[in-house]
Amino acid sequence: MGSKIETTVECSNLRKTYDGKVEAVRGLSLHIEAGECFGLLGPNGAGKTTTIEILEGLLAPTSGEVRIFGHTWNDNPRQLREWIGISLQETRLSEKLNVRETIELFASFYSEPRPAADILDELQLTEKADAWVGKLSGGQKQRLAVATALVGNPRILFLDEPTTGLDPQSRRQLWDIIRAFQKKGGTVLLTTHYMDEAERLCDRLAIVDHGVIIAEGTPTDLIERLGGHHVVEFQANKNGDASDDYLDRWRSLPGVESVRREDSTVCLSVREPHLTIPALLDAVTKEGRQLEHLSTRQASLEDVFVQLTGRHLRED
Amino acid sequence: MATTETNAPKLYADKNQPQQPIQPVRRNGRWSGYRHLLWARILELKREPEVVFWVFVFPLLLAAGLGIAFRNKPADITSVVVIDGAGAEKTLALLQSSAKSSPNKDSTIRATVLDRDAALKGFHFGKFDLAIEANADGSYTYYYDPARPESVLSRGEIDAALQAAAGRKDALATSSQSSSEPGSRYIDFLIPGLLGMNLMNSGMWGVGFALVEMRQRKLLKRFVATPMRRSDFLLALTSSRLVLMVIEVGLLLGFGVLVFHMRVEGSILSVVLLGSLGAVTFGGVGLLTACRAQKIESVSGLINLVMMPMWIFSGVFFSYQKFPAMAQPFIKALPLTALNDALRATIIEGASLGSQSGRLLVLAIWGGVSFVLALRWFRWT
Repeated sequence: MGSKIETTVECSNLRKTYDGKVEAVRGLSLHIEAGECFGLLGPNGAGKTTTIEILEGLLAPTSGEVRIFGHTWNDNPRQLREWIGISLQETRLSEKLNVRETIELFASFYSEPRPAADILDELQLTEKADAWVGKLSGGQKQRLAVATALVGNPRILFLDEPTTGLDPQSRRQLWDIIRAFQKKGGTVLLTTHYMDEAERLCDRLAIVDHGVIIAEGTPTDLIERLGGHHVVEFQANKNGDASDDYLDRWRSLPGVESVRREDSTVCLSVREPHLTIPALLDAVTKEGRQLEHLSTRQASLEDVFVQLTGRHLRED
Repeated sequence: MATTETNAPKLYADKNQPQQPIQPVRRNGRWSGYRHLLWARILELKREPEVVFWVFVFPLLLAAGLGIAFRNKPADITSVVVIDGAGAEKTLALLQSSAKSSPNKDSTIRATVLDRDAALKGFHFGKFDLAIEANADGSYTYYYDPARPESVLSRGEIDAALQAAAGRKDALATSSQSSSEPGSRYIDFLIPGLLGMNLMNSGMWGVGFALVEMRQRKLLKRFVATPMRRSDFLLALTSSRLVLMVIEVGLLLGFGVLVFHMRVEGSILSVVLLGSLGAVTFGGVGLLTACRAQKIESVSGLINLVMMPMWIFSGVFFSYQKFPAMAQPFIKALPLTALNDALRATIIEGASLGSQSGRLLVLAIWGGVSFVLALRWFRWT
């Protein structure tokens, strides 16, 4: 092995069809390298959970192959289970067990688990060690779910929507835990529909929509390639005209890479805003329009997703 | 709960990353998962007040209630009413003098005098077994209900008492011996039946309901995402029933012995072995009932559907001999019938387990077949 990059998880051409009708995953290939944090980003119903559960060996794919450290799930499932730690999208652990008992129970399934006290300490659950699971807050429950994944001393961590529904502080706590695991040499695969989470946490990303990967790369790379560096958003009166002809007018401004409209706002993806903005102001004045709003911001994964699909990640 | 078998120093992560700290790593033995699953199950049961009530308290309440309602009365009291009239006082005097001289100490006559309306009303509502009216010509009229056994008995008894008081002499000398020994009373019949029913109830609910609840919570899925052996999980769930079984059997039998002076003729070991077989059998049936269900609501219906025929036919509260002969082979093939029969034979008659191989076989087949089918059809996710 040495310094050669080691592939930990790979799958090729995964397909999953439910009941012969619903195609949840339609030909998806991935490879995840040792030590990286890889994210599957996509809206609800994109096929992220189906994909991660196939990789975890909990669902059989309709076709396609999964390899983890070179093994398939048929080869040596027990050994693979020793190597991976999983947090499912929704597990309600036994409410009448306390935190320590729950961690000890999960530890007992692995041949060489980590001491429960270390895990409690690492996930800041020591204070709650004797509290019943049913009495924990949402953030504490989610940390416990990750604790049950970490206690087996895994090499890969699979996390399905680990921070969905958590408050900002709990989310940040979990991010720190995931980074700490990665720092120790662990590999992480997570799904999320939060673009900020994907941007901050993941080394590489695959954007998933309708069961296929529509873009893959590092967050910066994806944003650069597809979103431009900056976004200029403005509203000018008489904007009601939505014809392509009209949008083309903005596309021809210097530095503009793409244009899209959201209601009455025009969004320009631009590489060099210092060239675009003066030209934009000129054009608006020349046409006798009145500028009602103008803002610029860094492009985000959300812009990448909208650029690729015409939809937002979360329609709320 | 000793989990640490050996302590060996081991590199925390990959050897390619020598900067990792060296941590002692404990090693779990083969049965560590099973032991923790069993212990977790017992803790959960202990912390669930409903379980404690339904499994332990409810059967005792049932036994106490039924035992008292159907207790063998120390003496048969005949309660009669004399309709108020000219001869009422004399009738009462005759009955009292007869009671004093009666050789049958077990039998007591309690007589009341009431006016005609109240007397007949009381008789119709079952407050009195018999109404007596003294006629003007010195004869008596009995009002009795041929559909009520105690009314029929009471007519015979009162007639004998009045005739004797009026001077009739017995033509034959007779004597009677009473027999209501422990072993032949209703409570002796009832307790083994309740024991069987309780083993069925708690096996079906304890295994079936718990499983579906865990499936619904995605906890089963979470468990199979670990290296946990699936057989360990099912084994732990079933054997947690054995621990409860010992407590259930002990409580019910202890209650019967202490409160109703019941006698256990067979060996305690036989009773416990039978209880284990019953618990495991119904654990298997519970497993089968719950092997596919996704929702608690659907498994509750299924469990009741499976248990209903056995509540009725398997002789819990009354003997299944009352059902038509045609139904008997079907009834005897039910697992609860086999368990109840075996428990009664062992507890009341002191029969050995060896002499009841047929019943044990019925139980083993139900348990074994259910277990195998449940494993084949089981849905973990």
